[in-house]
Amino acid sequence: MTYSISTAKKIKRKNSIAKKSSYLSEGSEWTFDLIETYNLEISYLAEQCKLDTYPNQIEIINSEQMLDAYSASGMPLMYNHWSFGKQFLAQKANYEKGYMGLAYEIVINSNPCIAYLMAENNMTMQALVIAHACYGHNSFFKGNYLFKEWTNADAIIDYLLFAKNYIAQCEERYGIDAVEEVLDACHALQAHAVNRYNRPEPLSSEQEACRFHEREAYIQKTLNDIWNTIPKKENKVVMPNPKFPVDPEENILYFIEKNAPALSIWKRELIRIVRKISQYFYPQKQTKVMNEGWATFWHYTLMNELYNNHKITESAMLYFFTIHTNVVHQPEYDSAIYQGMNPYALGFNIFKDLRRICENPTQEDKQWFPDIAASNWLTTLDYAMRHFNDESFIQQFLSPKVIRDMHLFVLTGDRQKPYYEINAIHNEIGYRTVRNVLANQHNLGNLEPNIQVYSVDMMGDRTLMLRHYMHCNRDLDTEDTARVLAHLKTLWSFDVALESVTPDNKIQKTYTTKTSV
Amino acid sequence: MNKNIIIDRRLNGKGKSTVNRERFLRRYRKYIQRAVNEAINKRSITDTKSGESITIAKKHLTEAIFKHGPNGYIEQVLPGNREFIAEDRIKRSSESNDARSGPGKTMNQGEGLDDFVFGINRNEFLEYLFDDLELPNLMKKENVKNHNDTTFHRSGFINAGTPNQLSVVRSLRHAYARRIALSSKDRRLMQEIKNKLLALDNQVDDVESLQNEKDILNKQWHVLKNKIDRLPFLDKFDLKYMHTIRIPSLSSQAVMFCIMDVSGSMTNDIKDMAKRFFFLLYLFLQKKYESVDIVFIRHHAEARECNEEEFFYSRETGGTVVSSALKLAHEIIEKRYKSNEWNIYLAQASDGDNWEADSPRCSEIIREKLIQHVQYYAYVEITDRHHQNLWFEYEKIQQQYANTFSMAHIPNLNEVYPVFRSLFEKKIGVFA
Repeated sequence: MTYSISTAKKIKRKNSIAKKSSYLSEGSEWTFDLIETYNLEISYLAEQCKLDTYPNQIEIINSEQMLDAYSASGMPLMYNHWSFGKQFLAQKANYEKGYMGLAYEIVINSNPCIAYLMAENNMTMQALVIAHACYGHNSFFKGNYLFKEWTNADAIIDYLLFAKNYIAQCEERYGIDAVEEVLDACHALQAHAVNRYNRPEPLSSEQEACRFHEREAYIQKTLNDIWNTIPKKENKVVMPNPKFPVDPEENILYFIEKNAPALSIWKRELIRIVRKISQYFYPQKQTKVMNEGWATFWHYTLMNELYNNHKITESAMLYFFTIHTNVVHQPEYDSAIYQGMNPYALGFNIFKDLRRICENPTQEDKQWFPDIAASNWLTTLDYAMRHFNDESFIQQFLSPKVIRDMHLFVLTGDRQKPYYEINAIHNEIGYRTVRNVLANQHNLGNLEPNIQVYSVDMMGDRTLMLRHYMHCNRDLDTEDTARVLAHLKTLWSFDVALESVTPDNKIQKTYTTKTSV
Repeated sequence: MNKNIIIDRRLNGKGKSTVNRERFLRRYRKYIQRAVNEAINKRSITDTKSGESITIAKKHLTEAIFKHGPNGYIEQVLPGNREFIAEDRIKRSSESNDARSGPGKTMNQGEGLDDFVFGINRNEFLEYLFDDLELPNLMKKENVKNHNDTTFHRSGFINAGTPNQLSVVRSLRHAYARRIALSSKDRRLMQEIKNKLLALDNQVDDVESLQNEKDILNKQWHVLKNKIDRLPFLDKFDLKYMHTIRIPSLSSQAVMFCIMDVSGSMTNDIKDMAKRFFFLLYLFLQKKYESVDIVFIRHHAEARECNEEEFFYSRETGGTVVSSALKLAHEIIEKRYKSNEWNIYLAQASDGDNWEADSPRCSEIIREKLIQHVQYYAYVEITDRHHQNLWFEYEKIQQQYANTFSMAHIPNLNEVYPVFRSLFEKKIGVFA
């Protein structure tokens, strides 16, 4: 069933504003008509707040479909892999035991922006999700600079379709095990398959498929086995031993795809697929706090607005507050359920406080944020949403009040010392330190080990040498590193080694797949 | 104004993850099998319906990535400070506790090493449990069972039916035949007219009257043509429908005789092991046959047929005469389970005690009365003592009937499943 919004509806909506008191609905049941009405109402309010969004495609699914969807990275189409099955089983078990509620929504950075609503939810919940996903996340996807620059919302669904089909074909041709081996290896290196600083070329599935076919056809056409029988002329000139690659390469999978000496075409293509998808998700990893905070702020604001306009009942509003409070709950560091910073809570608090600073600045705010105190809150929030990632956003906008409210403190520890130390707490002298550390904590560059392709032993046994540039003297997990290197070896087809290097260029530890003789 | 769309996807169906789930099971087959083997010892005997939850240690499942180890300088922001002020120090708990309690917990960025638990359904459970096992001498003896299981079979064509059963070919063929039959006279007349016209065409004289005659004939021909055209292409009584009838379905069936010694020497532990063995056999039979009957025979000095409850839980004392049970089994087979209709499996559990003079008699009954009727005879001796005369007597039978008779020794609970497996292991290679 497809509903599109008609002009008749718009007129009806204006009339209902004139009456000024009619609730959109009273019971908790939802219907398609009601969803449409709510969506219309919320979109009207969102427009008032100058939220710029992609068109929305709201899809109603049931809970099992929801489980399906988010065990495959939340994408509507994904290639098959056992790890998604593992995720599915884990989530299903947790859900059935009641350890975990299902995510309320899934929203996909695509154009049109696809949002899943779960059929089991009641009307208030649906309204919340529409506000959160279809207007909050959606406007973030469209506005934030990282998404604008690095992802291609128009092409992603097509690309995933291409990837799924291509991988299915490979499985048919080369067997599930062979494909799995490559994908396992790629997944292990997924976090090291992104370009952090230069934008990769945009993708389009048709081009992708076309390019691939051309490449394959060309190789087929020019393949002439007879050339292989001619002995190669010995190159008499002794080449100087150049370092390859000239500069270290941060995108390990890219390097493998382009330079692995003995890799069949289809394997390179698989690497490329994993790489592309990884790159697509990279902005989401960098803006977790902002993205969720922004969406949460807007569902909070829009729902309140609906209530103020007498569109939803008091009981619906009470229900909304229960849900909202759960979403933005930040357990304390020593609580049994503490699992790190809740990005919803942190982001929501910062955005909400930003609005307060604009509307009711205190003396402190004027001192800390002279340029935004008492400015137009809509413009300021819009600016904050567009031009930052988590790290810079926290650095810019985390206010002393939020630090106080959340009772943030800095804990430092060094393996060498028998104690942890509290470095700073939520007081006048501590604010800046807390803010710096929290910002750093959201810098992906600090969280994931910085590992780059350093060199290839071109003249010798072709060993691929990686370098781990150590940060804060942190080492690598020995067991996992060995396993990842083994994966890497299957792709590179020759030995792989890794050196941990301190900032003063001293090699601290070496890992290798070579078996010592 | 954006154009928004609302789509109902609920009908699209779930099960998108089915393939991925299968991939996962396939990859971890080894571990799942191990978990199943452990589960079978803990499982309630009467539980034949439910699936099983499988536990795999998480460390086998983690996908490796480059990640930080425990060393180095760590600095992080935590929420919910209550009592700390700057420059407070917290003692680092010992390393093992590091990951579990206090502020140390937050240092552990990786996931905990809990077990990964998920469910498999009954069929999958049995699949793993009996993987690589086979029932020896599996013959599907089929007979008509009296119960209501029926299947639909096609049986010719009839004149009335529902549209979905319409046989298009038959109906059209019938319509064609009817059209031919009803128009044959008219077509013959038309042919005659045509012949006459041809004859007229060949005459040369008297053009005027000829033309007249021709016109009349042409008119007649057209009248007939119209008549034929008016015949309905498809008439109601042309319609033929496929006929289906119910036929009682055939099913393969098996009966399992559980024979157990309940004399005083059988302790509860021994009975429990016997029960597990019987239960495994029952599950296995159930997987292979559509219906499985069970006959419980308990015996001490004399044998009696009983129900499950009594079989496993009542205790009696007395001497042990194994042959009484075998005799009773034979009688029941004669009376109720004809060997040409039933696949008969006999499982006997005992601690090996038997009245000295009775063992040769057992052997005799088995050789002469039972072994030719049964698909398989399994004897398990559950004891941690030395074998006694029954065992040695049975060993001779086993040599003679290696295909149908097998015996094994179960020393303790953990051995039940391995022994079961060894009895039913697929015999690879028949190159004897």
